[in-house]
Formats: sequence, C-alpha cells, structure tokens
Amino acid sequence: MTLQNSISNDEATKSYAARFVRGLRGMWDKLSQEPLGLFGFAIVLLLIICAVFAPWIAPYNPAVQNLAEALRPPSAAHWAGTDEFGRDIFSRLIYGARITILTVSAVSLIVGPLGLIIGIVSGFAGGRIDSVLMRFTDIVLSFPSLILALAFAAALGAGLETAIVAISLTSWPAIARLARAETLIVRNTDYVSAARLYGASPSRLLFLYIAPMCVPSIVVRLTLNMAGIILTAASLGFLGLGAQPPAPEWGAMISSGRKFMLDNWWVAVMPGIAILMTSLAFNLVGDTLRDILDPRHVRS
Amino acid sequence: MKEFTLLEIIRRLGQLLISLFVLLIVTFTIGRVLPTDPVGAIVGELADPAAYTAMRQKLGLDLPIYEQFFIYLNSLLHGDLGVAVLTGNAVTKDLAQAFPATLELATLAVIISTVLGVPLGMIAAFFRDTWIDKVARVISLVGHSIPVFWFGVVGLVIFYAGLSWVGGPGRVDTYLEGLVEPRTGLLLIDSLLVGDTETFWNAASHIILPACILAYSAMAYITRMTRSFTLEQLNQDYVIAARAKGASSLQILTGHLLPNIAVQLVTVLAISYGTLLEGAVVTEIVFSWPGIGQYMTNALMIGDMNAILAGTLIIGFIFMILNFISDLAYLLLDPRTREVTP
Amino acid sequence: MSAPDKPILQVKNLSVRFGKGAIPAVNNVSFDLGPERLGVVGESGSGKSTLGRAIMKLLPTVARVTADQLDFEGNTLLDRREREMRALRGNRMALIMQDPRYSLNPVIPIGKQVAEAALLHRRVSRSEARELAAKMLEQVRITDIERTMRLYPHQVSGGMGQRVMIAMMLLAKPRLVIADEPTSALDVSVRGDVLNLLDEMVRENNSGLLLISHDIRMVAAFCQRIMVMYKGKVVETLERLEDAEHPYTRGLIAALPDPAHPVRRLQTLDRALIDAAEPRP
Repeated sequence: MTLQNSISNDEATKSYAARFVRGLRGMWDKLSQEPLGLFGFAIVLLLIICAVFAPWIAPYNPAVQNLAEALRPPSAAHWAGTDEFGRDIFSRLIYGARITILTVSAVSLIVGPLGLIIGIVSGFAGGRIDSVLMRFTDIVLSFPSLILALAFAAALGAGLETAIVAISLTSWPAIARLARAETLIVRNTDYVSAARLYGASPSRLLFLYIAPMCVPSIVVRLTLNMAGIILTAASLGFLGLGAQPPAPEWGAMISSGRKFMLDNWWVAVMPGIAILMTSLAFNLVGDTLRDILDPRHVRS
Repeated sequence: MKEFTLLEIIRRLGQLLISLFVLLIVTFTIGRVLPTDPVGAIVGELADPAAYTAMRQKLGLDLPIYEQFFIYLNSLLHGDLGVAVLTGNAVTKDLAQAFPATLELATLAVIISTVLGVPLGMIAAFFRDTWIDKVARVISLVGHSIPVFWFGVVGLVIFYAGLSWVGGPGRVDTYLEGLVEPRTGLLLIDSLLVGDTETFWNAASHIILPACILAYSAMAYITRMTRSFTLEQLNQDYVIAARAKGASSLQILTGHLLPNIAVQLVTVLAISYGTLLEGAVVTEIVFSWPGIGQYMTNALMIGDMNAILAGTLIIGFIFMILNFISDLAYLLLDPRTREVTP
Repeated sequence: MSAPDKPILQVKNLSVRFGKGAIPAVNNVSFDLGPERLGVVGESGSGKSTLGRAIMKLLPTVARVTADQLDFEGNTLLDRREREMRALRGNRMALIMQDPRYSLNPVIPIGKQVAEAALLHRRVSRSEARELAAKMLEQVRITDIERTMRLYPHQVSGGMGQRVMIAMMLLAKPRLVIADEPTSALDVSVRGDVLNLLDEMVRENNSGLLLISHDIRMVAAFCQRIMVMYKGKVVETLERLEDAEHPYTRGLIAALPDPAHPVRRLQTLDRALIDAAEPRP
C-alpha cells in the first residue's frame, strides 16, 4: 500500500493548526461556563499586564522618595496611600507584581521539569530505582516546607534568587508523585506497548510517549501550587529573606509597614490585599482547570 | 493479626528514623556546607587571622566532612545544639523556654479549627450546593489564599487597635508578666492551677486573636477535607439503610457518618497541626508571641545559624512525628483493619 | 387469616421522574398489597428498586414522585412531612437492602446497630434496647449472640449479615416489608435459608412483603403474586408462571436455563417484539 494520497506538508500544518485552534476554543467554551474561573483568569491576566507594562501603568516611580508626602492615607492622588518614605504604594504594588510573576514562573519552570523527570523515571523504571526515588520523595514531602525554605534562604543569603531556589527545593515532591502516578497508568497502555514492540528506546518512550500524557495534570497541579508559592514567597519576604529593599516585594512591604500599622494601617494592609487577590485568583484558575482538564476528577 | 500490626508499626518507625536522619543531614548541610563562610558569620568579617584560624579549628572545619557530621550527630545526641548568639544561652535552653508558648498557641488553634471546621464541612456536604455549602467553600477558598501573617496584622488593627475587643501583642499585659510560675509553660493552664483568674482572663484575651487567626487558615483545609470525606460516605448504602431505619439527619451525621470519617480526620488534624506550627513561626512576631517562631525570626535577623537550624530541626522532628502518628491512627483505629473471622 | 381489612399498601398511578428527564423511571404503576407476598420482577433499569424506595420516600430530592394514590394502612403518604416519614420508617415500614457488606455501617458493632432500631422507635433505655436486639438476633437464628453483637459487619459472613439486616429492620415489627434483592449478594446455598426466615417473620407479624428481584424463578417459587416490570411500567401481574401472556414475561421465562432440558443456546429476549407490545411513553 503506497501512501499515494498523503497530504501535502502545507495541508498537514493547516490541519494541525485548525485542530489546535479548535482545541483552544473548546477549552474557552468550557471555561466561559465557569464564572469564578473566568474571574480568576482575569485577575491573573491583570497581574501579568501589570508586571509587563509596569512602567507605563504605574502612576509614580516606585523608588522615588518624597518625605513631604510620607504616610498619606489612600486618596485620589495616591490610591493606596504612601509609605514612610513617601513612595506611592499603588505603584510599588504594580512593580511588585513583577517580582511575584518572576517568582511563580521561575519556581514552576524549575519544579515542573524536575518533578516530571523524577516522576516518570521512577514510574517507568520500577523496582529499586522506583522505591529509592519514592522513599526520598516521601521524606522530602514530610519536611516542613516553609521552615526548610527559611533555613535554606538564611544559609544562602537573602535575595530573590535564594528564595526561588529555596521554595523550589521543597515543592518538587508533589509534582514527582503525580508524574509517577500518571506514568504507572500510561506505561501499561497498548500504544506504549506497541511503540516498545517496534523498537522505541526507553528514552524515546519516556519523552515522546509518557511525558506528554503527564503534562495536563502537572499543569493543573502547578497552577494550583502557584497560590501556595505566592504565599510562601510572601512569608519569606516578610521575614526579610526574599527580594531585598528597596525592591517592592509585597511580603517585605507588609513587614516594613508593620511598624506603622496601628496608626497608618494602609502601609501594611495594601500589599496583603494584593497577595490575597493574586493567591485567590490562582486558586480559582487552578480549580477550574482541574474541573475542565481532568475527566477523572469528580466535581464537588 | 496483632503481629501483623506490630510489624507494620515497626516498619513505619524505621521509616520515621530514616526520615529523621535525612533531616539531620539536610540541616547539617545547610549549616556547614552552604554558607560561604560560617566562620566569618561567627567571628565577624574583620577578625584577625589568628582568631579566624582558632575559630575554624574550634568549629572543626578543618576536618573532613563526614567527621564533622559525626561530631554534629554526637553533640545532638548529647542535647547540644550550639550557643545562641543573641542570648548567649545554649540553644536547647532557649528553645525549651520558647516552645510551650508555641505549643499553647498551636493547640488552641487546632481545637478551634476542629470544633468549627469539622461540623461545617459535614453540614456543607450534607446540604450540598445550598447556601451553607457555598459559604463553606468561600471560607475555605479565602483561608487557602490569605497570608496568615498579614491576616494577623489586619486582625490586630481591627480587633485590638480599632475595637479593643482583645488584648494586644504578647502573652499578657506587661504588668502581669512573670507573676505566674511556669509549671507547664502553658499560661492558661498554669494560671488556673494557681488560681490567678486575673492572669487567666488576661492571657485568654491575648491568645484568642492569634489562635483564631491561625485557626482560620487551618480551617480552610479541615473544612474542605471533611466535606470531601463526608461526600464520599453519603453515597454509601448504609446511609440509606440508616434513613430507612428512621434515623434523623443529625443522628446520621453524628452517629453514622462521623465514625466513618474519624480516622481520616485524624490524619487531617495531624497535618493541620504541622501547618499551624509553620504558620505560627511567621505569625508569632506579629503578636510578639514569645515562642519558637519569634525566636527563629529574631535569629534570622542577626544570622544566628545555630538557632535557626535548631528550630528547623525541632519543627521538622515534630512534623515527622505527626505524620507518623496519623499513619498509626489508620492502623490502630480503623475497625476494618481488624481480622476477619471465618 | 384475618378478616379482609384495608390493604396495607394502595398505589395508583405512581410515577417517578428524575430531574428534567422526560422518561419516567417508574411509569404509572398501580397495585394493592395486603398481608401477602408480592414479587416485583424486572431487569436492571426496569424501575423496580426505584419503586421500592419511592414508596418509602427514600429517593434523593432530584426525584419527583407523583401518584393519584399512595396509601399506607389507609393513610396517604403523598404529602407526609419528613418527620412523619421518619416515624414510619424502620417502624411500620421496613427496607431490606441487597448487600450487608455495604448496607450495614462498617465501623459500628453489630449489636449497636440493631439496638439503634429499638432506640429510635421504642421508649427504652440503652440496656433494654440491647436486650431487644439480642432477642431479635436470636429470632433470626444467629448463634453465639453475645460475641456476634460485638463484631463488625465485615467480620461475619454474607448470610449472617443479611440476617442481621432482617433483625435490624424487622425489630419494630413493621407491617410493610420491602425487600430489595435480599439474596442477590449471597451464596446460593444460603439464599433459601434467608428467604425462609423472611417469610416466617413476615407471616408472624401478618405483614405484607414486597419482594423485588431479577430472579423470576425465585420470586415465582416464593411469592403469591408476581408483578413484572419493564421500562418503568407494570406489564403483567400473575399468580403462576404458566399464566404468563406478555411477550416480555414469556421471554424471561424462556430464557431460564433448565437443567432437565439443556439446550445449545439459551433464548434471549426479542426486544423488538416486546417494544411493539409496549410502546415508549
């Protein structure tokens, strides 16, 4: 049988693109039925826009001090008031979105692939490798993540990079377990067996067949994790271990605002609202994604 | 099958010990291997070379790594966790003093979150998709997204500075400090033991806000899990059978459903306790609560690695023991794991 | 036999619809039940279990039950409030479920579960309730009662579990017993025992038994009347299998394997023929 009627390259690309667009639209349809998910999505989008276009959106320069205007309550001129150095808090919040996005993305980009690789290798190899890796994963999973991140950051020296590394070091186990669970299911399917039969090498199997199947649930998990990452990063920032001043890290802003909280509440409260909204948004998006993407998940 | 269970317990105990050992390695690594200059951290950057070398020898840093580790283990087993920079005391002494305060706070928070969270979760599942379910889910969602330490700040601003409903930072008002002899270290209990009601009420007014704040963040998890467990059970036949017997909803919830989710709840509570400890670490400083959290936070500010690592170890230990306990609960408490007679 | 008083259960045009579904799960079912054994036979999906639960009002809230008449002991059940139904359930009317592994609470000892039936409907103390439970367990022929009462459901055999279920549900001597596949989860060898026990107790209390099953042979042997259900409707009511006229009933009977007359291929139902006789609603 010759492939006489094979589609030309052009048409193949077009059909891929068409399927991709259709897939997206399908997702959009489902997403639009979830008002909460949409709301969360909108906020995440807002956050990204703030981060990217901060210089154009922020009304003031976040670093410029203006002691004459120190500790002004929220007003038309300063939507979130000013801090003890007269800096506009609202602008600082917007610039702080950059740090948040950076942290969340960096941690996810580290933890995702790392957890994925550990998980699929563990699930695929089985036997001793599996039990050793999983034992190790379970042990790290049973550590108090915030405290360890704290200790790491303290030892490595305060800073955004250390915070990212510290958070990553304790976040990967959940992803690894998930990837392993998916691998265990997928590795017994017929199409993987078929690939094996025609001689696919283990690494090819792992990366072209098994890994892609794990991706949807990992993406959902990463999104759900993002809320937690934001909170952990804020905690580290609050303790002085994240991005260092004068960087407008939200957690650090709460810490420095605490001195004035009894009389000038907005300095400490505003950054927290930002953290809350962002974390909430990621939780909503993650929940909705899970409802949409995971057919096995029972909607509560 | 008692031997069976005993074997299981021993096996898990073994896993616990291995985990503890790994934790020790991790803390050792953080303490000795990571910092670029642990000696400089102690003697300061401008010390003269002689003092530097002396300290280096004293710390045993000129020895190979594994020997250092054994020395570390050895001192741990003797209860020596180093000396705190801030107080000059042995860290063990400092921690022993700070621990009861955190214990009191975390325990009260767990109690509050359980008493509120479990019924809420069960009712939310029972009346699924009604307003009470939606409220429970909102509470859960917000509790899951809110930074605990910030919530503490807000709480203080509103309930202490604004409304004066509760006491402020610290365990008691300053004029009452040190009046009650610390027997258990738990101020509420100690003051009752002595009969000092003024201190008791004062301490209560100081602890209630941080405990509620922490409880709220734990409630998010407890409510959601309880709801989930209850939903699973609601589909079971025995629930229909109970209704067929004529049992009321309340009787079904408390007499039938609760015993079935009890074991799972123990696990949830154990995990929540651990999470509360972590939350306490960040939140204690907001309330000037003299527990491990404040101790570690202060240590952070001056870079006292001994204190930080000791605190990490202690909390890590507790975490793992809590995990272990919840594993045990499954083995020992669930009637279904008991033997089946022919 | 007692003088013919009002039938225990009077049902006229009972229908059950789930949600906005147009097709009713139970479709205009009518029958009367006296102190007799009435069997309800049908395949899965025929609506027989739903019928049983609808009578006791145990269906979830998404189910809408409508009827021209649903009377129990002469009083209508249609607009009864939940609290009144609770007084009736387990007391005047009982439901025996299929699999005691699931229908008994797995984490509560057997004695406590049976005693609960007494506590709910009789003004007795805990110890009195326990005594009543022990007496019931004796009646269902369980040996070593004290020990059994301390056991958990998974620690006893299926047959024993079902007898516990019977003890629990019949403790208050209900007038109406609905048995939903009471023997389907049991070993064939113990089925007869459990059925006989059920029969005995129903007779003792002069109650009516609604026996729901897919096993037409068992129902025919055990019950005085048989109601055959198909797709939610009662297609036929018989007293003896030989009287079967409807193609569905005849199809069911013909499909039964007969050890005395083995065949190469068992007969299957001719759905086209049946649906022709029974148009879709």
